[in-house]
Amino acid sequence: MVRICYDMSSCIVISKVVEMKDHADDTTARKAWMNLLSKAPDGQIAALLDASGPRPDFTWLRPPEIGSVMVRGRAGGTGAPFNLGEMTITRCALRLPCDTVGHGYVQGRRKADAEAAALVDALMQTDAAATIQAQVLSQIAEARATAQQTRAAKAAATKVEFFTMARGED
Amino acid sequence: MYVAVKGGERAIENAHAWLAEERRGDQTVPELSVAQIREQMTLAVNRVMAEGSLYDPDLAALAIKQARGDLIEAIFLIRAYRTTLPRFGTSQPIDTESMACDRRISATFKDLPGGQVLGPTFDYTHRLLDFKLAADSDVTEAPQRDAPDRRMPHVADFLNREGLIEEAPHDDTEPRDLTREPLEMPADRPLRLQSLARADEGFILSLAYSSQRGYGRNHAFVGELRIGQLAVEMDIPELGFSIEIGEITVTECESVNQFIGSKTEPPQFTRGYGLVLGQSERKAISMAVVDRAMRWEELGEDNVGAPVQDTEFVLYHADNIQATGFLEHIKLPHYVDFQSELELVRKLRREAGAEQVQEAAE
Repeated sequence: MVRICYDMSSCIVISKVVEMKDHADDTTARKAWMNLLSKAPDGQIAALLDASGPRPDFTWLRPPEIGSVMVRGRAGGTGAPFNLGEMTITRCALRLPCDTVGHGYVQGRRKADAEAAALVDALMQTDAAATIQAQVLSQIAEARATAQQTRAAKAAATKVEFFTMARGED
Repeated sequence: MYVAVKGGERAIENAHAWLAEERRGDQTVPELSVAQIREQMTLAVNRVMAEGSLYDPDLAALAIKQARGDLIEAIFLIRAYRTTLPRFGTSQPIDTESMACDRRISATFKDLPGGQVLGPTFDYTHRLLDFKLAADSDVTEAPQRDAPDRRMPHVADFLNREGLIEEAPHDDTEPRDLTREPLEMPADRPLRLQSLARADEGFILSLAYSSQRGYGRNHAFVGELRIGQLAVEMDIPELGFSIEIGEITVTECESVNQFIGSKTEPPQFTRGYGLVLGQSERKAISMAVVDRAMRWEELGEDNVGAPVQDTEFVLYHADNIQATGFLEHIKLPHYVDFQSELELVRKLRREAGAEQVQEAAE
């Protein structure tokens, strides 16, 4: 079996650069890809990640664990918060040999997807970012956008068009 | 005399083996998969998620299969599973205005921004059995029309502009959680809403209906009903920022209620609120009507003694798992209890008999 070793020195260089870059920008970008990963359909992240190349070695900081999150709503949509009910999620954290830490958060009970999500999160912080962005994240975003558009178009087709009836007064 | 009885292990084992066989039914008929239940019995799955109080369509589908389609039994299984999960945290309150709507209607405003979007509804169907479904039938793709976005403003905002409807001012009070502490009275509105969101659909429906028929009437219109998907966001301490941890389907109903004013409030429209996990509009509308009725005290209305106004009665009897647990336990062996009752009745009859004999003698 062939394993590609990621160049650790480049990771270290990047981590130094990160410190100098605007922290807010990094947070926004990372938040965006984590938002996308948590909602990806079953098995999609793992399949795309594996198609993009061999997985790097890693050590678990927190092996995948399944738990719940209490979802809150607001009375009247905007008022006082209340507990609506829980949802299942799976989370994990891992470290690449270059010390980059990746966190995985996915909806449902999906340990393999959480692992893949954490790897994507970690790799996005290395010089593999461009590849992962193109071959994993953009694919997920595209599939999601298509599904959303289709659903929106079906909803739009059920929008009521009112006609004013002639009242026969003249 | 107290007699301890032991036994029944073999009978129980055999009963469960037969249960498994009966669950499978006629083995010449193909077995249902969990995915089939999830995809084709969606509204049953949604009800199990809402009342099981756990959003996970795969688990709800599995529970329905295991329970042979008995939804309360399935809800029981989900509630039991839920208690085994560690809770990672609490989400930020969901923003229902950000919902990508499948359906959004208003019974109070014909022309509203975004329009009346019917979505995949049973409304306006003729309720005639469709025998085509009994045969294998291909589905034709639903028509589509260009749509930039499924996000729509809330209907209540339009009335708000004239000041004719009560507002729901922003508030960040930490709500009580009935899954963490016993449900204790008096219950404030957030606790009532949590209880109603997981309450039995049939019970809430009947209470809402009783209110409509005059027992604590509050003249409800469906100001807005929307069903769609929205993201759930949670603060992640190890990251130092919040992320979306998933996407759920919810049903939201805002009722608009006639209100002539009271000692404390001016004449205006008031609101009731229903929010339910999954697609369940009957439940959401019922919840809004019941929520509004239980606000009588805060709005300075009279307590007319209607069941729906009795918060304690409603909340203590709305949970079908608590109800079925207590109700069904009476079928389990009560031999000793009953033996003592039997002794008591015999004794009373002996005494009554003795009195009659004495009266006759006198």
